[in-house]
Amino acid sequence: MKGLVFDIRKFTVHDGPGIRCTVFFKGCPMSCRWCHNPESQSGLPETSTKAVSLDGRIFTEEETAGTWMEVDDILEEVARDRVFYDESGGGITISGGEPAGQPEFLLSMLKELKTMGLHTALDTCGHTEWKNIVATMDYIDLYLYDLKIIDEGLHLKYTGVSNKLILENLKKLAGLGKKIIVRVPVVPGINDDDESFRALYLYLEPFGKALNEINLLPYHAAAENKYKRFGKENLMKDIKSLPKEALIKRMEELESLGYVVRIGG
Amino acid sequence: MTDRIKRLREQSLNAVNCISAERAVLITEFYETGIDRQVSVPVCRAMALDYILSHKSICINPGELIVGERGPSPKACPTYPEICLHSLEDLEILDTRKKVSFKVDDEVRKVYADRIIPFWTGHSNRERIMNALPSEWLAAYRAGVFTEFQEQRAPGHTVLGSKIYRLGMNDLMKQVREEITKLDFLGDAFAFEKREELKAMEIAANALVKFAERYAMELESLANEENDESRKSELLNMAAISRHVPADAPRTLHEALQYYWFVHLAVITELNPWDSFNPGRLDQHLLPFFRKDIQEGLITRDTAVELLQNFWIKFNNHPAPPKVGVTALESNTYTDFCLINLGGVKPDGSDAVNELTYILLDVIEEMRLLQPSSMVQVSKKNPENFIRRTLQITKTGFGQPSFFNTDAIIQELVRQGKQLEDARNGGASGCVEAGAFGTEAYILSGYFNLAKVLELTLNNGFDKRTNKQAGMRTGDPELFISFEELMNAFEQQLQYLTAVKMRGNNMIHRIFADFMPVPFLSLLIDDCITNGRDYNAGGARYNTTYIQGVGLGSLTDSLTAIKYHVFEKKTISMSGLLKALAADFENFEEFRKELVYHTPKYGNDDDYADDQARLVFRMFFDAVDGRPTSIGGIHRINMLPTTSHVYFGSVIGALPDGRKAKQPLSEGISPFQGADHKGPTAVLKSASKIDHLLTGGTLLNQKFAPSFFEGDEAINKLTSLIRAYFRMDGHHIQFNVVSAETLKDAQKYPEKHRDLIVRVAGYSDYFNDLGEDLQNEIIRRTEHEGF
Repeated sequence: MKGLVFDIRKFTVHDGPGIRCTVFFKGCPMSCRWCHNPESQSGLPETSTKAVSLDGRIFTEEETAGTWMEVDDILEEVARDRVFYDESGGGITISGGEPAGQPEFLLSMLKELKTMGLHTALDTCGHTEWKNIVATMDYIDLYLYDLKIIDEGLHLKYTGVSNKLILENLKKLAGLGKKIIVRVPVVPGINDDDESFRALYLYLEPFGKALNEINLLPYHAAAENKYKRFGKENLMKDIKSLPKEALIKRMEELESLGYVVRIGG
Repeated sequence: MTDRIKRLREQSLNAVNCISAERAVLITEFYETGIDRQVSVPVCRAMALDYILSHKSICINPGELIVGERGPSPKACPTYPEICLHSLEDLEILDTRKKVSFKVDDEVRKVYADRIIPFWTGHSNRERIMNALPSEWLAAYRAGVFTEFQEQRAPGHTVLGSKIYRLGMNDLMKQVREEITKLDFLGDAFAFEKREELKAMEIAANALVKFAERYAMELESLANEENDESRKSELLNMAAISRHVPADAPRTLHEALQYYWFVHLAVITELNPWDSFNPGRLDQHLLPFFRKDIQEGLITRDTAVELLQNFWIKFNNHPAPPKVGVTALESNTYTDFCLINLGGVKPDGSDAVNELTYILLDVIEEMRLLQPSSMVQVSKKNPENFIRRTLQITKTGFGQPSFFNTDAIIQELVRQGKQLEDARNGGASGCVEAGAFGTEAYILSGYFNLAKVLELTLNNGFDKRTNKQAGMRTGDPELFISFEELMNAFEQQLQYLTAVKMRGNNMIHRIFADFMPVPFLSLLIDDCITNGRDYNAGGARYNTTYIQGVGLGSLTDSLTAIKYHVFEKKTISMSGLLKALAADFENFEEFRKELVYHTPKYGNDDDYADDQARLVFRMFFDAVDGRPTSIGGIHRINMLPTTSHVYFGSVIGALPDGRKAKQPLSEGISPFQGADHKGPTAVLKSASKIDHLLTGGTLLNQKFAPSFFEGDEAINKLTSLIRAYFRMDGHHIQFNVVSAETLKDAQKYPEKHRDLIVRVAGYSDYFNDLGEDLQNEIIRRTEHEGF
């Protein structure tokens, strides 16, 4: 079975414990305004032109984002770093795009990864049918669950979808007793205000221990180039990266409320 | 840091490198007596050492606790005209070269012009060597196929074991005399030679005792003039120490350090051995003294640290003796490559990390000096905390300590036939070279330009740069119909050129054995005394001669490119490729872009490319390993470049990997600069595809942005990275922790970055002291930014 993958990255150290390899699925139901990987959104391969420089001379090349890959090809690639996972307590993270957008491919890959005895993490936006998430539960050791905006209207405005399904799914997932880390992208002018954080806290609070680990992912103004290449409009063009101090303040606030918080993954 | 150490450290950092003619004058005076015509060569050399140590200046720097300098003052460097003779032009180059210059004053020039040059011209060991070597050696040497370590410096390259901490010079002299009485002039054809060598050892041992006595007297006289009571008592204590050691075995930490230092001075005064002698496993040797002194209340942790810091400064006061000829111009870095080993295992194989290991790590961190360099030996038996503590120092960006795999080193040494215990007492020295400390002469003979072998193969053995047939005729490459045929020609060329190198080694070894023995060094390395044979003549228990392969990444990528483009994809013919190389890719830019960006490269865990690395590594190993040397040793390989990959690159035209003419080659077993793009784990995987255990050392450089070291978790992940590489038998890994921005800024504003130290290749150097090309290369090396 083939799946559409746009990158396989070795030595990822911010997407779960230990040294990991992250497999990025292509295709996402959302279109977050701050998306770092605009080429991950479409569910089809996309071709763009890229400038390659050599000795000051610029060459223009075509580059395709997204490759249809067999599960076995992916397994062979990720197994190459096994010694690093073993030494560090690391493993494989599946990210995207949205992995659950290719549910069958995801499941067949996860089954193999578990047979190989590898630690698995699933980085999901949660916007998918519940059956796609629950199907993974026997094969996932850690869920990295993105929680972007609690206010439904704002969520719709900035991500293109309502967060109803996302919140529902998270509630169900929390009830299954799996290890979950809530990941919050902190985006200037969108969800970095007191109000947003209050809403986040009020939402998480009833879950208690089930949802008490949070990663704050700072927005980086780094993707402009990609937007250009893929001919997409970057609505965040003039937004600066978030200052470190602002994030540390948020981290400390959440910590004082009893959460385990990390900046970055 | 105490005020005293601050002062001494400043003094060391501010002292200006200069050439001292003192040793040259003394050795000339000695030989002018004509005594070399009356006594045997070893005895003559021992008497020469005695003469120098009896007359060289005594130097006691204000406030210091450990005394003795190689020259008359810190950073004053002696010369060795009997080994290689500096011309007036050489002295001028040393004085004026941009990087690491050595001041040469008029007095030095005058004495060189009037006395040294007239006396030694035609009689230096370098001339002896150059006259002995055959034309095919010289042709390959001039083409840049290899360098020759012994051309300008003595073999040396060894590390002290535990001997001096148990035995004084008196004990060693007693052993020597006993050996003399045991000589069998009836049954042993070599009895006379042995007696001369042993006599020489005794003279040399006694010379050091007398030298220390000169220090004791000077310390006493300084004490008499001293008004400060506490310094006065220090000076008197130091005088007493200099009288006890080196004559007798040390009893305290202070005595042990001073004893080592006297020994160190004698070794580097006797000759200019490669990779300055060093104490090796310092945390093992000093531990008993440290514990006993603490227990008896003689020292506190703080006073011990002060002594050790003083010891560190002594090393930093000693730049290496500068070279002559073109190498003087090219060589723009000159540290003496002392490499302190910490950690590892004890002789019984158990974890050797102890409280002194951590104290020494503190000393390294606080001193932040170029010399001595430092490394940690990491065994599977060592605790995780040891690695983590070391990474905390590495992350400060001064390149030390580097990480070595003890378990691999032991297997390498045992494979070479060493006893397990000797192997466990070993470690790495110089850049990354494995050795059995205290029992082995492991002599580096020269760098070997693996990529040049391919260039010669592609030109049927002809070297275009020197316009000479520097290699053998292995066939016209345009007639090769398969990649295998090319590889066969390459292997033939490699076998021919390594044989040329080894034949030269065997001549040079004999020249040193017969003309330049080192009786003092021979006292220190087992079993020279019981064998009655000099260190330079194969007296050590183990004798190994290394050839250091350079350019594995460049060679691998070039072969892969030929396989991929010429024989498989047929994107270009062999003759087209040769044309592109000859044109240095001018008008072949599109093709060059394919080579650089769209051809499999070593360093990405891609077997298509890495298979060539495996193959050529094995060919190099088969060509060299196991060949005998003329002093009873064996030839082996290791894979390290120091800075030779820059020189070796400068003598090669464009290569099939897309590298343009004269650019540096890849260094160590690291991928070519910029060729790796899949992150550090892929680099480590590629690098572990060659069998490190068949070498005597490999060098892998990984550059990380400082952000990679932030936080405990990052440190833990790097710890795992090291462990994983070592699980795959990796020999060594070092981290450069700098950002490209910092380095570029340093190029622009060197004055703002005078303290910027980077690891170059197995050692660290001031970034400002590196040549511009080397600076550029370090900037280019793939930076693994946080994802």
